[in-house]
Amino acid sequence: MTEDVLTIKHLSVDFQTLEGTVHAVRDVTLKLHPGEVLALVGESGSGKSVTTKTVMQLLPKNAKVVSGSVEYDGRDLLKLPEKELQNLRGNELAEIFQDPMTALDPTMRVGKQIMEPLLQHQDLTKDEARQKALAIMEKVGIVNAKERFRNFPYQFSGGMRQRIVIAMALICHPKVLIADEPTTALDVTIQSQILALIKQLKDELGTAVIFITHDLGVVAGIADRVAVMYAGRILEFGTVNDIFYHPQHPYTVGLLKSTPTMDMNEGDLESIPGTTPNLIDPPVGDPFANRNRHALNIDFEKMPPFFKVSDTHYAATWLLDKQAPKVHLTDKLEQRREHYAKLAEREAQADD
Amino acid sequence: MTDNLVEVHHLKKYFHQGRSDEVHAVDDVSFEIHRGEVFGLVGESGSGKTTTGRCLLDLYSPTSGDVIYDGEDVTKLKKRHELKNFHQKTAMIFQDPYSSLDPRMSVRDIIAEGLRIHQKVANRSDLDDKVAETMKLVGLSPDFMNRYPYEFSGGQRQRIGIARALAVEPEFVVADEPLSALDVSVQAQIVKLMEHLKAARNLTYMFIAHDISMVKYISDRIGVMFHGKLLELGTADEIVNHPLHPYTQSLLSAVPVPDPTYERVRKQFTYEKEPANLPLREVRPGHFVALAE
Repeated sequence: MTEDVLTIKHLSVDFQTLEGTVHAVRDVTLKLHPGEVLALVGESGSGKSVTTKTVMQLLPKNAKVVSGSVEYDGRDLLKLPEKELQNLRGNELAEIFQDPMTALDPTMRVGKQIMEPLLQHQDLTKDEARQKALAIMEKVGIVNAKERFRNFPYQFSGGMRQRIVIAMALICHPKVLIADEPTTALDVTIQSQILALIKQLKDELGTAVIFITHDLGVVAGIADRVAVMYAGRILEFGTVNDIFYHPQHPYTVGLLKSTPTMDMNEGDLESIPGTTPNLIDPPVGDPFANRNRHALNIDFEKMPPFFKVSDTHYAATWLLDKQAPKVHLTDKLEQRREHYAKLAEREAQADD
Repeated sequence: MTDNLVEVHHLKKYFHQGRSDEVHAVDDVSFEIHRGEVFGLVGESGSGKTTTGRCLLDLYSPTSGDVIYDGEDVTKLKKRHELKNFHQKTAMIFQDPYSSLDPRMSVRDIIAEGLRIHQKVANRSDLDDKVAETMKLVGLSPDFMNRYPYEFSGGQRQRIGIARALAVEPEFVVADEPLSALDVSVQAQIVKLMEHLKAARNLTYMFIAHDISMVKYISDRIGVMFHGKLLELGTADEIVNHPLHPYTQSLLSAVPVPDPTYERVRKQFTYEKEPANLPLREVRPGHFVALAE
């Protein structure tokens, strides 16, 4: 058993706002294995970005870590002085942000921006840094790197800008990369190129990735493991196959069913009724209970513990309790699985 | 003979005309929208789909070409009452439910603005009744009438935007990326609401989006745009299952599929050519493509 790169334990984060204290992250425990892509899935306000911002210690001033720890390389990042954090950020821990326009400085030439982390963290001359920056620009697929080195961000398209952001994040060969919705602002054809690039580079460098997204199609393509977040809590986690083929929590099932696919007919799409709970006064029990047609009485009273489904798969739903009634939620998802299994087979045959 | 509510003939919209940065946002596009159908328009950012939608509703004046709405040429409407009449029959739902609602107007005033302009109500209590009815129609409680947009979630705001569009009882609605700012589970809610309203109000939709799986789900026919041109047009099934243009094929191949097994073996194509300037040609009944024979 190899050691985890990053371990988040019982993390809770509050925000002070004018309306009251928002409990944005509540008792989150996560492990990141070496070299894997862990997808953090959830809707806006579920706490996925707050969790990773805590790891990077980039929380705004009104946020407070109430409890928990973030262990990296034998140390608790939450207790580290700012100076040591600065040595890690952009070096061993890196982040790619959602919007490549706001992540880049519009007044600085891109080459200089890519070199910045190198000059900050490594003892290199400007010329050596320049050589390394050019090499990584080529690696992320920027043609004519030498000429483009002196361009400004506005001279690049959205997809190219995201490649520059990726180059900046990976230039110091980080151990952990946080990708916060890196393709949400991009067109689908560009998205598939960027996803392929992230996959290729993380394999080459052995980087472990936390990938935040709400798009389950993207998750299916890139993730090794998946954690589903809702209302500040993790409700279910497992391998990508566990989550897509054997979802246990009604919220996971609801998310999968509300994701459209090309083979759907009219009436096949199911929506989750209602809205997410207010996290100033979060519900006591399962946070999804008020939107769950199969909610049990105990769901409103007590937060379910994680039930073990398999060695890799855990879900926090009372439906897995011995006394719970048996409900079958996944008919349509099983049909979808069969449909795509056939397509995958056809694709494999076409290869031969 | 199908009944066309909208006919678009050789529509062109150029921005910055005559300058060095002239943009051919829409470049010779022709299609029809049948009464009672959902016409999906897909394409990537910069493909001209939003500009096309705005030309259809007379929010932009086309550089050349005609937009015929219910037998009348929209680009030739000049008189005030003609324009007003046209704008009452048509409405738009916008992409961003955060920036498309005036933060200083109450929900009542937002929904009632069109009713006031088109003098659809006689007095205040009539107006409140009408607003309440529209709010119920889109699944909002009329109790929230006096609230302001900031008090609502994204999905609820989009419901307010839909209520505003439907209050004047239009027959044709252009929805420009109405889902892209919303969460997945909320997207499904809004799509189902739009389906329900279509049946309840006999609406015709033009649904503009880049998410082709959602467009496939809601549309009867789909048009595919790229660099200002319409490259392919056909029923939703034909476009998705038998795409002919290499650009349509590449677009479909890039859409992520929520199935890990298939997602890992799936082939992706890229299309980087500039499409030749060809007219649409009917290859199968109702399926048109801009490709040489």
